[in-house]
Amino acid sequence: MMPDLGKYAFAVLGSYGVTALLLAGLLVLTLVQRARAKRLLAEAEARMEKADG
Amino acid sequence: MSIWEYANPKKFMALSGRVLPWVAGLAALTLAAGLVWGFFLTPDDYKQGSTVKIIYIHVPAASAAINAWAVMLIASLVWIVRRHHVSALVAKAAAPVGLTFTLIALVTGAFWGQPMWGTWWAWDPRLTNFLIFALFYLGYIALWEAVENPDTAADLTGVLCIVGSVFALLSRYAVLFWNQGLHQGASLSMDAQENVSDVYWIPLVICIAGFELLFLALVLVRARTEIRTRRAQALMARERLA
Repeated sequence: MMPDLGKYAFAVLGSYGVTALLLAGLLVLTLVQRARAKRLLAEAEARMEKADG
Repeated sequence: MSIWEYANPKKFMALSGRVLPWVAGLAALTLAAGLVWGFFLTPDDYKQGSTVKIIYIHVPAASAAINAWAVMLIASLVWIVRRHHVSALVAKAAAPVGLTFTLIALVTGAFWGQPMWGTWWAWDPRLTNFLIFALFYLGYIALWEAVENPDTAADLTGVLCIVGSVFALLSRYAVLFWNQGLHQGASLSMDAQENVSDVYWIPLVICIAGFELLFLALVLVRARTEIRTRRAQALMARERLA
């Protein structure tokens, strides 16, 4: 199934590998920041509701 | 109904929340189809051998990086002219995604250049221009982080975005007029004679669509995060005043 990349295997697999790493890093960072923002907002809204009675 | 309705954060959150799962799903499907087709089902090029498979990430990433800057420019202009906070936050949200795509284009270009040109890097006008473009992305993100007042940050980054657009434009069209250096001409063109062969062209176009959809999905998630953070900060400021 895996195509024969010959003498260029390092260049091709390196390109795909670095791309996968960079995209995975961006995705993880995006999801972590989203979770943090959601938690921060939920906590702030809860405190406001409590304060407003 | 007007597009300006979505300058309202509530309306933007409602609409983006509805479309996000579809955009993300379509991005995953398109990318998977394009990359599997390109990597596994296309032949080696007679000149470049298997390195031609790098085209399925290098060209879409470079294209998406330039388009990301165009989105940032439009959003920044909307902020500067109409003072819609959502547009400033969309510009801010797009920058890390654009920077990542720029880095992917630079790194995959180096991996491709090494076996084809015999060097990882050359101070070719087009490569150098793209490196400067990456530095503009870094500067843009750093400026957002450095300025405490969000409106001032949006103003300053908006101006930086307008200046950086020169390099985005040069990156887009340099392959057409900057003939000196090592980099080849445009891979895709309205003139069919200049396009890559059909066997590479179809999966390449699918990959380009996949990268653009991925960009859109990530920008929507990040813009929603920015809006939530801004709202939380506003509530905390109210708490401190109370």
